[in-house]
Amino acid sequence: MLWAAILVASVGCYLFKLAGMSVPAGLLARPAVQRIAALLPIVLLAALIAVQTVSSGQRLLIDARLAGVAVAVIAAWRRAPFLLILVLAAVTTALVRWWIPGS
Amino acid sequence: MSEPTPPHRRGLREFTALPVVRQSLGVVIACGAFAISFGAIAAAGGLDVWQTMALSLIMFSGGSQFALVGVVAGGGSPWAGAVAALLLGSRNTFYGLRLSTLLGLRGLRRAAAAQVVIDESSAMSLGRDSEREARIGFYVTGIGVFTLWNLGSLIGALGAGALTDPAAFGLDAAGPAAFVALLWPRLRDRETWAIALAAAGLAVLSVPFVPPGVPVLVAAAFGIAVGAWPRREPPLPDRPAPHGEAA
Repeated sequence: MLWAAILVASVGCYLFKLAGMSVPAGLLARPAVQRIAALLPIVLLAALIAVQTVSSGQRLLIDARLAGVAVAVIAAWRRAPFLLILVLAAVTTALVRWWIPGS
Repeated sequence: MSEPTPPHRRGLREFTALPVVRQSLGVVIACGAFAISFGAIAAAGGLDVWQTMALSLIMFSGGSQFALVGVVAGGGSPWAGAVAALLLGSRNTFYGLRLSTLLGLRGLRRAAAAQVVIDESSAMSLGRDSEREARIGFYVTGIGVFTLWNLGSLIGALGAGALTDPAAFGLDAAGPAAFVALLWPRLRDRETWAIALAAAGLAVLSVPFVPPGVPVLVAAAFGIAVGAWPRREPPLPDRPAPHGEAA
């Protein structure tokens, strides 16, 4: 099932790209469609950050990840480069786990 | 628009001296390094090397790939991950729309170019001063990122086997940190901030009540509802007549 989901999503993502190169511009020029297109990445990314930071399965769980993501937010605010943001988040999380085992 | 370069001055050195090429190559290298962490996170999330590489080769859209892997790693249904990946990938349609007139491709060339329509190649292409720079930015970034992204994914996926416990290295925080880095430049005004915070809150509140992966889709539905909500905007001369709007 994992393979099927991977292939369906992958081919779908490619078709989205091809569609943009192929459809007449008028179709996607509607203001509502434009607004949804601009908002979708924002709400999805915000939700992914929140869920992957404070949940585990169906449980809400505060642990060392929160410290790592908080540092990522500060780094992004200070306009750190992409990779530095990732490294700082991972290192912070690892350090907190090392200090507080089980977090 | 720059003048056509005389043939005797064309060459690799001349080409790489162009600011657009140097900027693009910088993006390419950063993406390659980032791909290593994608490969490692995917492997830590339970995907094998082939599944990881299928994502990088066919899906080839970083945010979507992390979304699918993140949902699966969190114990969610692969199909919830697939829907999240597709919703995130839909933005590439809008990039392609603006790029297609710029590149003017047909048939197989268009089908091939479509695969490298991503955030980075669009950002390095759209908004350039000349059409030539826009094309160079698109192709150098698109082809370069595709190559190093897949190489990096492979290295990360193979190397992650050496990690006994990815959580000990904080890798489970690298995924959401990547999303922070992707989201931050988009939070330009107060309204966007409010929508992002509401979406995050809705997703977290729904965690105990729906299967893993679905909270992200709840946030997506919220975003679609907000975007489709009718709003009065000042009539602009270049705006099409508002008949038949979804809004």
